[in-house]
Amino acid sequence: MVVYPAVELVRASLGRYSITGLYQGAVGLRNYARLLDQEALPTVVANTVTWVALVVGVTIVISLGLAQLLNAAFPGRRLVRWALIVPWAASLIMTAKLFAWLYDYYFGLINRALVAAGVLRAPVDWLGDDRAVMGAMIAVGVFVSLPFTTYVLLAGLETIPGEVYEAARVDGASGWRAYRGITLPLLRPALLVAAVLNLIYVFNSFPIVWTLNDRNPGFAHDTMITYMYKIAFKSALRDVGLAAALGVVNVALILIAVLAYLKVAWVREEPA
Amino acid sequence: MTRRAALAGLGLLVAAALLAPYAVMLLTALKPEAELRITPPRLLPLEWRPQNFWVVVRDPEFQSWLRVSLVVALTSTALVVLAAVPAAYHTARHRFAGRGAFLFLVLVTQMFAPTALVVGLYREFFELGLINTYAALILVNAAFNLAFAIWILRAFFASIPREIEEAAAVDGCGAAATLFRIVLPVALPGIVTAVIFAFIAAWNEYIVALTLMTDASMRPLTVGITSYVTAYVQHWDLLFAASTIAIVPVVVLFALIEPYLVGGLTAGSVK
Repeated sequence: MVVYPAVELVRASLGRYSITGLYQGAVGLRNYARLLDQEALPTVVANTVTWVALVVGVTIVISLGLAQLLNAAFPGRRLVRWALIVPWAASLIMTAKLFAWLYDYYFGLINRALVAAGVLRAPVDWLGDDRAVMGAMIAVGVFVSLPFTTYVLLAGLETIPGEVYEAARVDGASGWRAYRGITLPLLRPALLVAAVLNLIYVFNSFPIVWTLNDRNPGFAHDTMITYMYKIAFKSALRDVGLAAALGVVNVALILIAVLAYLKVAWVREEPA
Repeated sequence: MTRRAALAGLGLLVAAALLAPYAVMLLTALKPEAELRITPPRLLPLEWRPQNFWVVVRDPEFQSWLRVSLVVALTSTALVVLAAVPAAYHTARHRFAGRGAFLFLVLVTQMFAPTALVVGLYREFFELGLINTYAALILVNAAFNLAFAIWILRAFFASIPREIEEAAAVDGCGAAATLFRIVLPVALPGIVTAVIFAFIAAWNEYIVALTLMTDASMRPLTVGITSYVTAYVQHWDLLFAASTIAIVPVVVLFALIEPYLVGGLTAGSVK
């Protein structure tokens, strides 16, 4: 079920298809060469790098704080944990639609709240203004990635025994020093899991970019995943072979990124 | 004491930030349609319209999406459990040639998220003649959720001490009886966790359904509800009412397994 479409993907990437999807024979690597000729490619690659790097980075930083908070004992902790579940449980497409509404230029509450609070002087067309779209999408990407990441980090925090902190206190280390010296190093396995899985999920994420960007023509704000989908099913190209070639490149990229990350992370772990 | 209060206050802020968008969703679902187009926009409805939920529930299209979602999510979850329990039990209890490779392969399938494979999937089901069938969506969901289920379940099975099984054998339990009367009941929390994970993933799946179910009558909820708001019609109130109906059961399910979430997520990765 996973292997067959993968094989089919590679096969399709080597073939030529009519606009209605009929197979018209093999063309070797020509689809890959044509892919490099696509005008939109550099923009799309740059978008993908920005999207993945910022969403994963910001998510992990915020999640570290959230996990620390939820690991402490305070009244109402259960309630906060349940609240954290909601963006995870809600279907991505529904959350994406919801944010499309909140970002709306005329009727969205985000503009209303920011203007009322004096942060903005005039409303911003979040999903139409070329300078705002990527930021708006990244904010939603972070929002939906937080629950999973926080729970992974929380699981990591719970494995750190309290005695370690007592020992640190005896040695005179507390607060920020204890956090940097003890929590972060011991949290490394959980951070690794969170970073790798997020890398995969965020790279492959489709509904957010698809929904929030659907008003804009062309490919100016697409990531490689939505670009692939548009080539195959939506744009004037309707080119299965070309899309499949991009699909193969996508899978290869994510594989390389994950392996590279694991390698770096493991090398750093060895001296400890 | 003040520290606890400060933390509670901070926690409340975090909870509010996380829930605020969904509160807007609910409040918008309770507005009459005309009220969506007033400026400046208001948070609370001027006129409360809970009837929106009735309109959605009685919409035959909504009923059809709901039926597809239920059939796909329930069947694929059943398939996942039937396949994952034996696979996880076997890999947890027996060392066999290629066990490490098998577990790694299972993890790699996680990497090939459906989004990357959607073109290949479309061609596969096109050639099998399964476009617009329950079978297509059920198979894809089952396949993609199997990996995660095996990892979670393996950790649960591995944590059950072997001695319990040996004690059962001494008391005259056969292999099958040991499995059904001893191991499975002990591993029940793990199985429940895997079931709920698989169900939620299938319930929320979007891109494969968008691609494989081109016939309007075969669309699940995630794809169907988007037809409330298109370039031609803009029923945001109904979209949000339908979304709320789709989200609530999932949140309840998730809350039920919350105690296991923390352990289950990293269970496979620690070893």
